[in-house]
Amino acid sequence: MTHYRSIRDIDWPLMIYTLLICAMGILQIFSATRDTVWEDAWWKQALWVLAGFALMWGIACIDYHTLLGHAYVLYGISLGSLALVLAFGRQAFGSRRWIAFPGFHLQISEFVKTVIILLVARYLTDLKAERVEGRELLKLGGLVLVPMLLVMKQPDLGTALTYLPVLAIGVVLAGLRWQYLAVIAVVLVLVLPVGWNYVLKDYQKARLVTFLDPGQDPQGSGYQVIQSKIAVGAGGMWGKGVTQGSQTKYRFLPVPHTDFIFSAFSEEHGFLGVVVILVLYFVLLMQIVQNAQTAPDRSGMYVCMGVCALLLFHILVNIGMVVGRMPVTGIPLPLMSYGGSNILSFFVMLGLVNSVRLWRFVS
Amino acid sequence: MPNNPDERFPGKPVLRDDPKFAAGKIAFFQYATVGIFLFLISGFWDLQVRNPEFYNEAAERNMIKSLPILAPRGKLLDRDGRVIVDNHSSYSLILSRENLKQEHIRPIAEGLNIDYDRLAARLKHFDARPKYEPIIIKNELTQAELSFIEAHRDPETFPEMELIQAKHRLYPRGGLAAHVIGYVGEISESELNSPEFIKYDQGDVIGKAGIERQYNDSLMGVDGQRRVVVDNRGREREVLGVKEAIPGKDLQLTLDLDLQVVAELAMQGRTGAVVALDPRNGEVLAMVSTPAYDPNKFAGRIRAEDWKELVKNPDNPLLDRAIQSQFAPGSTFKPVMALAGLESGVVDDNFHIHCPGGASFYGRYFKCWQKKGHGNVDLHKGIVQSCDVFFYNVGNRIGIDKIAEYATMAGLGQKTGIDLPNEAQGVVPSSAWKMRNFRQKWYAGETISVSIGQGALTVTPLQMASAIGGLAMGGVWYKPHLVKNAKDLPPPHVGKIDPANAMKVIQGMYGVVNEAGGTGGRARLPGIRVCGKTGSAQRISNELAKSGGGHQMKDNAWFVAFAPCEAPEIAIATLWEGGEHGMLAAPIARDVLTAYFDKKARLQRAQAVGEMKNGVPQIGPTPPETPASEPAATEEAGD
Repeated sequence: MTHYRSIRDIDWPLMIYTLLICAMGILQIFSATRDTVWEDAWWKQALWVLAGFALMWGIACIDYHTLLGHAYVLYGISLGSLALVLAFGRQAFGSRRWIAFPGFHLQISEFVKTVIILLVARYLTDLKAERVEGRELLKLGGLVLVPMLLVMKQPDLGTALTYLPVLAIGVVLAGLRWQYLAVIAVVLVLVLPVGWNYVLKDYQKARLVTFLDPGQDPQGSGYQVIQSKIAVGAGGMWGKGVTQGSQTKYRFLPVPHTDFIFSAFSEEHGFLGVVVILVLYFVLLMQIVQNAQTAPDRSGMYVCMGVCALLLFHILVNIGMVVGRMPVTGIPLPLMSYGGSNILSFFVMLGLVNSVRLWRFVS
Repeated sequence: MPNNPDERFPGKPVLRDDPKFAAGKIAFFQYATVGIFLFLISGFWDLQVRNPEFYNEAAERNMIKSLPILAPRGKLLDRDGRVIVDNHSSYSLILSRENLKQEHIRPIAEGLNIDYDRLAARLKHFDARPKYEPIIIKNELTQAELSFIEAHRDPETFPEMELIQAKHRLYPRGGLAAHVIGYVGEISESELNSPEFIKYDQGDVIGKAGIERQYNDSLMGVDGQRRVVVDNRGREREVLGVKEAIPGKDLQLTLDLDLQVVAELAMQGRTGAVVALDPRNGEVLAMVSTPAYDPNKFAGRIRAEDWKELVKNPDNPLLDRAIQSQFAPGSTFKPVMALAGLESGVVDDNFHIHCPGGASFYGRYFKCWQKKGHGNVDLHKGIVQSCDVFFYNVGNRIGIDKIAEYATMAGLGQKTGIDLPNEAQGVVPSSAWKMRNFRQKWYAGETISVSIGQGALTVTPLQMASAIGGLAMGGVWYKPHLVKNAKDLPPPHVGKIDPANAMKVIQGMYGVVNEAGGTGGRARLPGIRVCGKTGSAQRISNELAKSGGGHQMKDNAWFVAFAPCEAPEIAIATLWEGGEHGMLAAPIARDVLTAYFDKKARLQRAQAVGEMKNGVPQIGPTPPETPASEPAATEEAGD
């Protein structure tokens, strides 16, 4: 028998924040793609968002324990799919990331994020000890590393890196005997990009990037960051108005509807708009954290915190990149960047959070 | 349904369910999140609030481009309105230096066959100019270069490259009238610092010589500018504003292309100069200096090797011999001497000198060019046969200062003031001149050489043409000039001389060409009363030649002429360096005179036909405004 879950019980504040961010995203996509070949992206995005809400409700209705129970199966399917992508995937922009379906393409690595969250939650819940021992840490690390390597091979360093914060937050929450190491791990994951930006020299970065990810062109990314900073700075306090940003309009800004959407947004809405969106993201994250804190069990908390860490990482790296404080890694801004796979993937995660929340009301 | 998680994972041990177990760590996570968001916001604060102007300007520079519209230079026309110097359209490559990447310079240079070092040096040269000013790096692009630029000017490769249309100077082939016209070139460092070019900037193309330089200001025009919005591909999306270029003004010269061509042909293979002018108003009809150079090599920027070749050439093609060579006039000075003798009263109808082939003055023997002598010589015979002994005596009697007075009156030894840069002055020696320059008094013996146009006396061909023309007009010297309808011409210089005296000299010169025994018979023209005077002038003084200093050079051949005798319309001076004898230069003048009078006759016929046709109402091409009617008008003004 299934439990009846009332739509009244889902996290309405979370829904409202999500909806607002998505709406701003759609508006920005519209503004950034006017008179280009991407002209119809905004309503496609709107459809993806609608589909996302439906999918989220669907996931929320599933008991997350059921999903956790299938975590290893899902993990196996993920590895298989990633291998398939490498073998038969659709190639575009110098990498092989998509599996083609009639009418659309799925980026498998986006959905693997969710699986990693489930995997980490399951693995850590299964531990009987109060702390994660070195061996288990290595085992879990190994489990996460395999899909990471597969994604890096595509090559897609940015997406591969997003799996790390999930692992890190899980391990830290589970408790690590070597606390010191744990701190280093978190610091590394969250602060590594800062070190990248301020410690490494340009040519070192270029070498590192070419080593890890030959598809990246450091020359090109340098141009992108400069144009992005110009766009942000030109926005000033009040912004230039919707469709009025010259950096966006005359396409000096690279991919202003996907990776650099926040740059376009900053140009047209100014510092004020930026603060509004950042506040929205912040309260969204805090809402998820609250769900973690009120989760009925450890596994629920792991799931929520995994989602939270992943979103935070995305926001930090993408928005940091827009203002030139993070390297160009090409990961999307959650809920704003155009793209079906990533929108659906984030809604699946929000569905998991809601599922955890709804479990509270059971029994 | 069991709500105990234990039963959800059958066979798995269950942990104590205490979701609050990590509360402290979650709180830490929250603080970290706050920190991260502050870090991000500070990034925006930096860019958007602290210095948005900087980025605003950067965004504007991104999309707004200022492209120069180059003003075409004015054309140069001849007196009949025929184009001498034209422009042709071509593309030029400009390099915007705002977003110039150093590592792009080499591939761009290679793609366009520009020497890398020269391009780098040129960019360095412009370092001092504001960055937003683009600089032209190559003119007259070929089709292959154009395709290279079109294929590589996208933002990923070399967005610094920009094409503009430009007009470039097209000079007549073979260096026709090269010295008069001059040439243009990019302003040099030293010119930038000179007051003449104070209003020009680096990169401007200015006239460097001749008319191009003299009238640079009016020929040049003012460059315009287009401000356009471009996208990241460099495509124009919007035009913000256009300041049209103001083209330079066309300039009509007094040169007659027909005469110029004939004169140049006559001088072909010879070194020297020809100046033909209208003595009634000072308009220069033809002006030749040979050897010439090809001004097209200068249009744009001259190649170093071309320049070296020009400078090293022993014949010095860059020298405008018509106004810059200074030589002794030799016997062509005798008409001026004759006038001086007549005016000072020394020479009259009864004045006779016996020429035995030479004479002694002040202890030195001076030869006549005719070894066997001219016998009994009066003024007329002295001029016709160019007797040196006769003029030695005249000079000895009137003295150097009288000679200088009349030579100066004729315009010798001073700049004529023609509208060309760097005119030479020449020298008319006098006792004052010697005292001023050598702090020595004049020795009467020196006068003897000057009497036959030797010694310290040096003139330019233009001065000779002008001097003879004014003498032919009975002592009225107009300022020679090259621009038609010039506004600010000074009134002619009218010498205080007796017209009867001038007439005697003119009759002598008529005899030179038309009488038996005259030295200039080769300039004779049927039906035209041509007057002339030959001259064979030593290039180094006799004294120097005798003492063995300097190698003996062949004499310069001079010939001055004007026609028609009583109502002169054209005066000519020709100088053939190393031509040996003046009579050999006479055919050059004759060719020009032939061309002049043939053309005049042709035009008069055409006019006559036109007038006949005009009697009957008719539609059709009217004969061109003939210059033949103009002399008639100016003749009255000239009198």
